[in-house]
Amino acid sequence: MSKKISEEEYRRRMLVRMKQWINGEKDPYLGNMEIVPQHEYVPNKKKLREYHKDLDSVHDKAYDVEHNRIYRFFMRFYRVAALLCCLALISILLVEVSYLPPVGSSHNPSNNEVAAKYIEDGLQDTGAVNIVTGMILDYRAFDTFGESNVLFIATCTVLILMRNDKKKGKGSAQEEERRDSFYEPKNDSILQMIASVLVPVIIIFGIYVILNGHLSPGGGFSGGAIIGAGLILYLNAFGFEKTERFFTEKTYKWVSFSALTFYCLAKSYSFYTGAHHLESGIPLGTPGAIISSGLILPLNICVGLVVACTMYAFFALFRKGGF
Amino acid sequence: MEFVQNVPFFSIMISMFSGIISSVLPGKAARRLNTAAVSLIGLMSAWLLAYMVRVGGSYTFMMGHFPAPWGNEIRAGALEAAMALVFCIIMLLSLLGGRKKLVEEVELSKHNIYYILTDLMLSSLLALIYTNDLFTAYVFVEINTISACGLIMIRQNGRTIEAAVRYMIMSLLGSGLLLMGICMLYDLTGHLLMSNIKESVQHIVATGTYRIPMMITIGLMTVGLAIKSALFPFHSWLPDAYGYSTVSSAAILSSLVSKGYIFLLLKIFYRVIGFPVIRGSGIVNVLFVFGLMGMIFGSVSAIMEKDVRRMIAFSSVAQIGYIYMGFGLGTTPGVVASIFHILAHASTKSLLFISAIGLTDVSNGSRSFFDLTGAAYRNKIAGVGFTVGSLSMVGIPMFAGFVSKLLFAEAAVQTGPRRMLPAMVVLAVSTVLNAIYFLKTVLRIYTPEKRSVIEAKGFSSITVGKQKLYTATIVLFVILNLVLGMFSEPIIRILQTGLANFA
Repeated sequence: MSKKISEEEYRRRMLVRMKQWINGEKDPYLGNMEIVPQHEYVPNKKKLREYHKDLDSVHDKAYDVEHNRIYRFFMRFYRVAALLCCLALISILLVEVSYLPPVGSSHNPSNNEVAAKYIEDGLQDTGAVNIVTGMILDYRAFDTFGESNVLFIATCTVLILMRNDKKKGKGSAQEEERRDSFYEPKNDSILQMIASVLVPVIIIFGIYVILNGHLSPGGGFSGGAIIGAGLILYLNAFGFEKTERFFTEKTYKWVSFSALTFYCLAKSYSFYTGAHHLESGIPLGTPGAIISSGLILPLNICVGLVVACTMYAFFALFRKGGF
Repeated sequence: MEFVQNVPFFSIMISMFSGIISSVLPGKAARRLNTAAVSLIGLMSAWLLAYMVRVGGSYTFMMGHFPAPWGNEIRAGALEAAMALVFCIIMLLSLLGGRKKLVEEVELSKHNIYYILTDLMLSSLLALIYTNDLFTAYVFVEINTISACGLIMIRQNGRTIEAAVRYMIMSLLGSGLLLMGICMLYDLTGHLLMSNIKESVQHIVATGTYRIPMMITIGLMTVGLAIKSALFPFHSWLPDAYGYSTVSSAAILSSLVSKGYIFLLLKIFYRVIGFPVIRGSGIVNVLFVFGLMGMIFGSVSAIMEKDVRRMIAFSSVAQIGYIYMGFGLGTTPGVVASIFHILAHASTKSLLFISAIGLTDVSNGSRSFFDLTGAAYRNKIAGVGFTVGSLSMVGIPMFAGFVSKLLFAEAAVQTGPRRMLPAMVVLAVSTVLNAIYFLKTVLRIYTPEKRSVIEAKGFSSITVGKQKLYTATIVLFVILNLVLGMFSEPIIRILQTGLANFA
């Protein structure tokens, strides 16, 4: 026999509210969300006409397709030639593939002493259980240093292209953000609720992937990408006001600077001692322990920081031209 | 191991580290750091060059605790040191000469990014010069491509953005083909270290297996690098990229970036595949034909051009054609001539770009050929620089361009008649075409303009005293050009011994 409850209490029950929501009687988010009514798209006829006039005049003057026979011929020739070039390249590559050594055969040239040493001595030489990490951060650390510099310089070029240095007035970063936020409703509570649950998990998972890079699959590049994705989700849910409390352009600058500086100095030391056959004096530790394998763990952290910052910086720059 | 042998490692690391530090410095400090780093690396390269000339041979340097096929490795000899030295000098001078223009054309808050790009560009060029590992080469090709895009578009207007997009598409196509070639080569040989690949390739060629994939691989890598260095049919990105970017970028791009790729191609020919195999594969014939076509068509486009900076840019197409023609001769003297032309063209083309900007600045910023009338009187030192550069490009004795043309002619004579005749004829025709557009411009800038026209168009004039840094840059460029032109004998000997120790 169930206890009798008052009508008011009954309405507050979760199952009842869910039933109401399913039946469409009540929207639980009504009044809790900023909802901007969508404007109907009204084309500005005058501007459109001007734009078309420019386009047409360019079309008529520069590429007079109707009367310029050479140009018409070129346009056709160009399409045919592009198609033929692509087909030729594809067929050449297919021919080449058919002649290459068969995949997976044990007699392939790539199964040689190089791979054998990585597999047999990798654990002993680098102290990393994950051979791939040992390879990219110890055997061939110079390539990986170059690769993290690729990310760094890619951010620099995006900074050139997208960073909005105007502080005030028309076309400034704040103005653009305000214009953007007009079209995107903020404070979406569904997104915020999900983000507040997911973001800590994502970031902790990213940290785990980075710290375990020398023990299990993963490492700086993948872990950094995960952390970056978490930061982007947080930014989308809570906006720049919240993220600016802990991540500004200055943070980005100093984090990537210190990570790359540490990488550069640590690896320079290691290259220098290696080339002169000196002992580096960095203990490898017990394989399998979290603090082991010498420089690989700190280098993984550095790479992870650079990748996470790069991902976040790209998003922020494309979104409003700044952090 | 002697301490001087650390120089390649230190040069790469210093340039990368200064790029990283520049990210937190203000523009002016980044500029000073860049100047200091480039000069330091130049001095160190000169030291290494002196050592290598004295000792001879070449040596490898282990990057890390693991020997070569497992770890990374760099390798240096006289040729590499000489290239690094010249590249540093030219980069330093180009940046000094374009400094004033950079302040005008690039937002002040983005200056430190410009110097990050140049530092990393230098590091990638040095790594391409010194590396002994094909994959390391590819990683630094990537850095080189991205920083070149940044250098083009840092002067932000519609033209440069379009030029950068065009450059990026073509350049990424080249990178892709190169990467495919490297992958295929790895599949065939199982190595990424250059000397080990060469052993396997010789084995493959001797046994006759994998003949067709080997040919295609060589073709892919050569075409990829040819696209990136603007060999004739793939030059469409070049005039805009060089013509509209800020002047230091144009000088660096034309004289260093494309040369870095050509040097990598040379390395692939000599150290990775082996020159006899390359000669047997017939790819040299392709390079020969396209080099000759580039020599003619580049010059013809330059003659038809009315914009002086685009004219200089089109001239680059012709000069790249010369370099590939030298490779195409398929003989060691031809390759030596090409390497000398890399140096000669690098020093001359950057001089031309830097002095052209001085001439257009006193012509109210107009780059039209007709507005340059009498510009050499309004900016005397720029006129001198442009004249020296033009004479060198045409191939007047005493200047660098003459020596390389002489070397090309000598090398062509030494090959068989099938190559000699077309090479000599095209060389002569191309020289005449060069003379047409360069001397036409020199005559134009020394033709006095009526005073009324000068006043009407608002042309200004600038004395030497007001542009001391610019004057010093031009003088140094002219000296470099004269040194390459008049003391060519020892330089060529260094290149020859360096090339012998290169493979």
